[in-house]
Amino acid sequence: MTTSNLHMYVLAAPLLTALFVNMLGRVSRSYVAPLVLGALGFSTLASLGVLSRVLDQGSYSYTVGNWAPPMGIELIIDPLSALMLVLISSVALLASFSALPMVAKEQAGKEHLFFTLYLILIAGLMGLVMTGDAFNLYVLLEITSITTYGLIAMGKGRAPLASFNYIIMGSIGACFYLLGVGYLYILTGSLNMADIAQILPQLGGDAAMATALCFILVGLWIKMALFPLHGWLPNAYSLAPTGAGLLVAPLMTKVTIYLMVRVMFSIFGADYLFVQNPLVQSGMVWLATAAIICASCLALAQRNLKRMLTYIIIAEVGYMVGGVWLANSTGLSGAILHIVNDALMTLCLFLAAAAIAYRVGSLDFDNLQGLYKRMPITMAAFTVGAFSMIGIPPTAGFFSKWYLILGGIEAGHWEYVVALLFSSLINAILFFRIIAIAYFRKEGDHARLQREEAPLIMQGPLILTAATLIVIGLGSGPLVRGIIKLALPVGF
Amino acid sequence: MEQFLAIIIAKYNYWLYVVLMMIGFYAMIGKRNLVKKLIGMNIFQTAIILMFVSAGAKYGAKIPILNKHEVLEHGVRAAQVVNPLPHVLMLTAIVVSVSVTGVALAILQRIYREYGTLEEDEILEKLGR
Repeated sequence: MTTSNLHMYVLAAPLLTALFVNMLGRVSRSYVAPLVLGALGFSTLASLGVLSRVLDQGSYSYTVGNWAPPMGIELIIDPLSALMLVLISSVALLASFSALPMVAKEQAGKEHLFFTLYLILIAGLMGLVMTGDAFNLYVLLEITSITTYGLIAMGKGRAPLASFNYIIMGSIGACFYLLGVGYLYILTGSLNMADIAQILPQLGGDAAMATALCFILVGLWIKMALFPLHGWLPNAYSLAPTGAGLLVAPLMTKVTIYLMVRVMFSIFGADYLFVQNPLVQSGMVWLATAAIICASCLALAQRNLKRMLTYIIIAEVGYMVGGVWLANSTGLSGAILHIVNDALMTLCLFLAAAAIAYRVGSLDFDNLQGLYKRMPITMAAFTVGAFSMIGIPPTAGFFSKWYLILGGIEAGHWEYVVALLFSSLINAILFFRIIAIAYFRKEGDHARLQREEAPLIMQGPLILTAATLIVIGLGSGPLVRGIIKLALPVGF
Repeated sequence: MEQFLAIIIAKYNYWLYVVLMMIGFYAMIGKRNLVKKLIGMNIFQTAIILMFVSAGAKYGAKIPILNKHEVLEHGVRAAQVVNPLPHVLMLTAIVVSVSVTGVALAILQRIYREYGTLEEDEILEKLGR
């Protein structure tokens, strides 16, 4: 094992283990947990190694099978993709601790099938953040989508229907992306992102290039559920098995936003997007503003904890898309920091929701009464996650929101700043309503509530995630200076 | 009119793919039967596959299987062979579309077992009760 191909081990560990989980899991279910945790633990350690190497020696590219780019497929490891690798592998590791008992309870007897898809999904996400090839990106996007369709369809009741709607919408998104890549290929004759980026400026931004940009962006927006295209997400994520929601909700939308950043700056370039088309840029900030406000209002109408969280995810997508399109370095660093923070906040809230679902069963608001008495540790961690979503210092959510607001003021987009503050206010209402239900109301029938926490294997990652939110919040200055500033594209 | 026809005929392959894509898109959005939606998705994907393949075609070009010795001596004359790369890419895209269709069919089977129908309206009616 040398350090120059360490990132291949990060990706190969879950991919190969998926095979073994499927084969050995048939023999005995007891093989599943050590294999999954072992593979993801190895990936997390190796991805930390990749990050430290990149910070030490600068970004590098790797050609799989020694076919030189632009013909061969190039993997690009720069600070941003190394940071995303660490984020994906650690979130997946934490989520799987909690997913294991949940799956054993909800999908008893199907653990090996569930975790096969689960591990392939993680490998697909890792491939997505590394690839430097536009068509390879499409294939990996479909790998992650197909595994997600399968995972969601394993849920009960309406879940297959939600999954089918997701298939239709997701396929439209992927096809639009592929169509955009086709336009780029016809224009430039290349599929390598760096190569396309070199050729495109010589063509002088004609209609075909704008169409390609349009198709690619709309395709990715469908996949990330930006507001008018969000219809598939709430059902799919809230009806998915709890174990699948733990992984899919924190990572899928965030990785797609990373892809948008990648496509925007590695293929089209900041000059074409922001300087040549200022109207599109400010239009996008307005669209993100609308997304934040509408999704926040929709979240108010929900009466189920998990459904409410899915609408908050949609609002957060608006935060990050707006931050990227603000076209200044403060906004972009805020958006990238928010990708990290939002993945951890969503993970924290979904882990808490999973722990509650494990003990209580239903997540409707009426069933949450008296939870602070029953599950004090879970609810304490939930409160930290909620404070981070609202943006109360010193939790992580405050700092990325602070950067986004500063970026909005710098760019003069006051509507975006107002939307962010409005959304924080709505989040405060949403979460304090839940805290009030869980804390103050008394349960009528059972006068004495037994203290019954979720098993330790579910509590451990929850407490760790909540602590990480505070640590990242306090350390966000060094994080931005040390990693995210390096990760910004050229020209910022 | 003459001019308009000339524009269409000059790039008729792209017009065909647009028409095919719109048919698929209509089926995905407009139809209420879930299987018809899935077939619409297949038409949609096929349209894109055809667009890629037709982008690689050239007038009077041969298949891209070359004589090694000739190529070593004279090099490749790009105008005489079709571009193989879009075809190869579309092999992957076909695999993707087949697997999505497979997953979707399996899910449709589960939906049928659960509700006894594949009409969206009837399913929603049953859910409403």
